[in-house]
Amino acid sequence: MEAHAMPYYGGRAPEKGLAVYTQKVGMWVFLCSEVMFFTGLIGSYIILRFGASETWPQPGEILNIPVTAINTFILICSSVTMVKAFAASEMGDKRGTRLYTLATAVIGAAFLGVQIYEYSELLGHGFGPWSGLYGSTFYTMTGFHGFHVFSGVVCMTWATVKAFRGGYDNGNYQGLEVLGLYWHFVDLVWIILFTIVYLI
Amino acid sequence: MDSTEALHETAGAGAAEAHASDHSHPRYLLVWLWLALLTAAEVAVVGFTALPKSWIVIALLVMAVWKALLVALYFMHLRFEPLRVAVVAASPLPLAVLLVMVVLQEYS
Repeated sequence: MEAHAMPYYGGRAPEKGLAVYTQKVGMWVFLCSEVMFFTGLIGSYIILRFGASETWPQPGEILNIPVTAINTFILICSSVTMVKAFAASEMGDKRGTRLYTLATAVIGAAFLGVQIYEYSELLGHGFGPWSGLYGSTFYTMTGFHGFHVFSGVVCMTWATVKAFRGGYDNGNYQGLEVLGLYWHFVDLVWIILFTIVYLI
Repeated sequence: MDSTEALHETAGAGAAEAHASDHSHPRYLLVWLWLALLTAAEVAVVGFTALPKSWIVIALLVMAVWKALLVALYFMHLRFEPLRVAVVAASPLPLAVLLVMVVLQEYS
């Protein structure tokens, strides 16, 4: 089976330095800063949790694990459609590019919809950001992540419009690849958050 | 075919002629299936209360890292990028560990 002999240059001649095009390097550097941002949040959570004098609720005691597991699956699905959009664009499949970018935006919005439902349910039961350390850390982490997803959905909506206008045709798929990196990163962060906040 | 090779397929079907010679794409749906199965396993492990809590936590962390690696390596294509890009991508990880460890040390 053929191995990956060529790195993803995004159709352009590689530039000097990292040997990838500038936009991709820029996104990776931005994602590095995002790693530190979420590390700050997760690190604070760990310290606050293990130093808390109050009893920390058991998994599923307050938070709805089945609903969030489904939401995790939804976000994973959006990552697949995102990477398929990039692959389709790279291979010159215009219909696939449009279909998958649209699907990614819709599925991403669905994730936000489920999160809003979850928040409304929790708030309805009196569990808010003011509900002790558990409440404040939960809403801070999931809220910031939700904001990242929201930003991604806005960008994906724009990308979908661009795809339908043919903006990613003819090998011009760099923007989709860079946006995909952000989208997958948001998925990756949620994978960690789901485990730490909901399951442990 | 080992498990790593199994996650790949050669691009070239359908409209892929233009770029098929450049590289192949991973089997994204297979990666998706792994992610879905691991998510289901995580939820199942939480409900498996017969195990000691520490074992459950370790199992959950291992599966979370496994899933994160699948996303980074195959969806973000880190596995196929030049090593320099992977180094850039991994550069905040030691700093992240350092940040948490130092604050934990300060706290304790």
